[in-house]
Amino acid sequence: MANTANDWQEAPSEAQTPFQRWLASTASARAAYGYLVPAFFVMGLITFYPLLFQVWMSFTDYGIANLRFDAPAPNLIGLKNYIDIFTGVLAQKVQNFSFWRLLAFNLFWTFSNVPIHVALGILIAVLLNVKGLWFKKVYRAIYILPIVLPTLVIATVWRNMFDQDSGAINLAMASIGQVFGVAPEVFRIRWMESIEPPLAWLLPGQALPLSYYAMLITNIWLGWPFMTIVATGALQSIPGDLYEAAAIDGASPTQQFFNITLPLIRPAMVPAAMYGIIMTFNLFNLIYMMSGGGPLRKTQIMVTTAYDLVNGQRLYGMAAAFCVIIFFVLLGLTLLTNRFTKATERYDV
Amino acid sequence: MSDRLPLGKQLLYQALALFIAFAVLFPIAWVVSLSLDPRDISRPTELNLIPPGASLTAYTQVIKQPTNNPVSFAELAFNSFRLAFGVAFASIFVGVLAAYSFSRFEFKGRRALMVSVITVLMLPSVATVAPLFVLLNRINIDIGAIEFNMRNSLWGVGLALTSTQLPFAIWNLKGYLDTIPKDLEEAARIDGADPNQLFVYVTLPLAIPALAVTGFLAFLTGFTEFIMSWQFLSNPKDFTLAMSLWNMTGQFSGDTPWSKFSAMALMVALPVAVVYLVLQRYIVSGLTIGSVK
Repeated sequence: MANTANDWQEAPSEAQTPFQRWLASTASARAAYGYLVPAFFVMGLITFYPLLFQVWMSFTDYGIANLRFDAPAPNLIGLKNYIDIFTGVLAQKVQNFSFWRLLAFNLFWTFSNVPIHVALGILIAVLLNVKGLWFKKVYRAIYILPIVLPTLVIATVWRNMFDQDSGAINLAMASIGQVFGVAPEVFRIRWMESIEPPLAWLLPGQALPLSYYAMLITNIWLGWPFMTIVATGALQSIPGDLYEAAAIDGASPTQQFFNITLPLIRPAMVPAAMYGIIMTFNLFNLIYMMSGGGPLRKTQIMVTTAYDLVNGQRLYGMAAAFCVIIFFVLLGLTLLTNRFTKATERYDV
Repeated sequence: MSDRLPLGKQLLYQALALFIAFAVLFPIAWVVSLSLDPRDISRPTELNLIPPGASLTAYTQVIKQPTNNPVSFAELAFNSFRLAFGVAFASIFVGVLAAYSFSRFEFKGRRALMVSVITVLMLPSVATVAPLFVLLNRINIDIGAIEFNMRNSLWGVGLALTSTQLPFAIWNLKGYLDTIPKDLEEAARIDGADPNQLFVYVTLPLAIPALAVTGFLAFLTGFTEFIMSWQFLSNPKDFTLAMSLWNMTGQFSGDTPWSKFSAMALMVALPVAVVYLVLQRYIVSGLTIGSVK
C-alpha cells in the first residue's frame, strides 16, 4: 500500500514520462486494489477454495471411508446426488424428506420473521433515542441480552419454557387463567409435539404445527435487538439540526420519522435486513435444538437437513450436493432482495 | 430542542420500555431461578424467582468441572476467549480495509467483487463444514517442538470461523462507511492528504462505532459457536464453553441437570455481557455528529 502514497493528487502538468502519467492516472485504482489485497488473500484461501472443493465433492459418493487423508478417493457419480434430492429418491434413506415442501417452509419461516424484527428494531431504537428518556443505559443493557446469550442456551431454555407439564409458558397461562376461573388442564399445550395444526376453526387451511408458532415467538424475542443495535448506530449519526429545522417548518413527529429518520437510517438498515433474511433462512441452532425439525420434518429447514445428512446419515457427497443447492437457492433469494432494495448502490449525501 | 420530556410522555415511554424489558428478562429470570434451586430438579413445576432454600451449589460444581471431561471452567473460558478475540480481530482488521475500498473507490470489477462477497455472506457455516473439515485435516503443522493437526486445533476452528465472519464484517462496515459524509475526506484531500492518510486519520476514527459493533458481533459468534468446534475438536483440552454447555444437554438428554446447566449458561453469558458494557461507550457515541457543519 505504501507505493500508492505519494502519487494521489499529482497533476500531469510538468514534463513526465508516459509511465509516470500512467501511475498518476491509476493511483485511485491501485489504492482501491491495495486495500482489497488482504481480504482477497484470506477469502481465497479459506473461503473460495473450500467452496470449489465442495462442488467437486457433490459429484462424488464421498463417504466416511474417504475421510482420512490417505484414504482412497471417492467415486465420481455425476448428477446422481442432485437427482435423488429433487425427485425424492432420498426419502428412501431419510424419512418424510420432500425437497419442495422443505423449500416452501424455509421461505415462509424467513419472511414471517424478518419484517417483524426490522420493524420492532427500528421502533425500539427510536424509543431509546428519545431525548431525556430516563434509564436509557439500563434499558440498553437489558435489551442487548438476547444477542448476548448463546443461541444454544436460548434454544434449550425456550424449549424448556414450552414444555407441556412444567414449561414457564403453560404455567404462566394457567395462573392467569385461574384468575378467570379457567381450569389449568386447558393450558397443558403440547407445543413441540402436536402434529395437527392449532386453532383449525379459526385459521382453516393452514398446515403448520404449533412448534412453528413457538419458534416464531422465540425468534422474535431473539431477532429484534440486532436490528436495534444497527438502527441505533445509524440514528446517532443523523445530525440533530435536521429535526430542529423540520420542527420549525411544522413537521409532526410522524412526518419527521418517515421523512428524516427512515431515509437516513436506510443505508444501514438495508444491509442489516438482508443479513437478517439470510440469517433467519439459515437459523440452525434454534430449529435444531427446539423442534429438531419436527414433528414429521414439518419444521425442518435446509441447513438442519444438510447437517442431518453430514452428522446423522454421514452422506458427505449428498450433503455437499445439498449445500450446492442451498447456495443457488440463497443466490436467487439474495439477487431478488438486492434488486428490490438496490442495496449495492452507494449512498450519496 | 430541550432535553426534557413532558411528564406524560415520559411515563408512557417508560411503560413501553418497561414492558419490553419484562419480555426480555422473563426467560432469563427463569434460568436464574433454576440455577439457584438447590434441589437440582430435572423439571421445574412452579414459577418462583428465588426458589425456597436458594443456594450457589450448582455454581461451585460448574467452576470445578462442568462436564465429565477433566477440564475446569477457567480452561474452557480461556479457549473460548482466544477463539473469539482472534476471529473478531482478524475480521475487522481485514474487513475494514476492504470496506473502505468498496465504499470510497470506483474501480474495475468493484461490483463483481462486492457481489462475490455477498454471495459468500449468504452461505451458512453448516454449508462449509464438510470441505473445511476435509481440507484442514490434511494440514499438519510441525515446527520443532510445536506439532499439531490444523483441523484438530483452535487455529483451524479460528480459520473456519473467520471464513464465515469476514464477509459480514466487510458488508456491515461498508454499509456504515457509506453513511459517513465524504466532505471531511474532500477537505483533507484538498489539504494534501494521500489516500492512506485519509483512511487512517479521517475515515477510521469516524468508523470506530461500526468497528466496535462489527468486532463485537464477530466476538459473539466466535464465543458462542459450536457447530464447527464440535465437528473439528476432539481433545477436551481444546474444548470451548459453548461445546461443554452443549455437552451437558447432550449427555443427559432426557433429564438435563437444569440447575447446573442454568448456572453454566449464566456463567457463559457473563463475560460477553461485560465486554459489551465496556464497548458500549464506543457504540453509543456518534462520532460523525458535529464533524461536518
